[in-house]
Amino acid sequence: MRLSGRVLPVLSALAAVSLAAGLVWGFFFTPDDYQQGSTVKIIYLHVPAALMAINAWIMMLVASLIWFIRRHHVSALAARAAAPVGATFTLVALATGAIWGQPMWGTWWAWDPRLTSFLILFVFYLGYIALWEAVEDSEKAADLTAALCMVGSVFALLSRYAVLFWNQGLHQGASLSLDKEENVADVFYQPLLLSIAGFVLLFVVLVLIRTRTEIRLRRAAALDQRGTARA
Amino acid sequence: MPDLGTYAGAVLGAYGISFALLGGLVALTLLRAARAKKALAAAEARNGGIPND
Repeated sequence: MRLSGRVLPVLSALAAVSLAAGLVWGFFFTPDDYQQGSTVKIIYLHVPAALMAINAWIMMLVASLIWFIRRHHVSALAARAAAPVGATFTLVALATGAIWGQPMWGTWWAWDPRLTSFLILFVFYLGYIALWEAVEDSEKAADLTAALCMVGSVFALLSRYAVLFWNQGLHQGASLSLDKEENVADVFYQPLLLSIAGFVLLFVVLVLIRTRTEIRLRRAAALDQRGTARA
Repeated sequence: MPDLGTYAGAVLGAYGISFALLGGLVALTLLRAARAKKALAAAEARNGGIPND
């Protein structure tokens, strides 16, 4: 708690600066794309949100595995804390994708492999959050949600790699790649990277705050339980 | 403000919805954090717990 309390202000400032810089640069100071026109500006929200929607679930998977193997309570609380953040990022990715798709594809939605696996991932997020809320025994809730997280990981990975092995979908290839030829043009690439850094930092900051909140709530409940037992 | 042409509605809509969702998430996170801090302080006062940070 002490270490996270010390790094939080620094990380929050870095998140705010990189997010603002990436979005302002992308929105105000990049040209329109020759095919997409000004809708290309949506990538500064859509790509980082989609990337973090998947990575949040992967983080939850790692935390769930730590819970299963080591029974480390903070890892279970960190996974719980990350779920609403990941769900919101997924919703941002779905909403911005639909808004972009309407003028570009002529439809808000298509049952494309990547879109569909992303929608299923969002449902898994909702199920994961609901399961934590529904089970009173915290250890049992951590076990059940960790198991659900492992099942949902299939769709997180599918969302990530569907464009590589399913060709029948509408969704184009990845906007970022290690292969420079496949990347978006340089003029969009740099603000996009900055925006991604902002989303990553925002995720870290929110998960840290929410994990600290969960720890505090658990401590308060434990203190009250101890007080009741004494009386 | 850049000239967004015929897609102004789509671009501004995407930014508006995203800011609303992310802003809501940040606000709820901070609100819940403040409530938890108060709840722990109250529990410590009731039960004589040790402050944690």
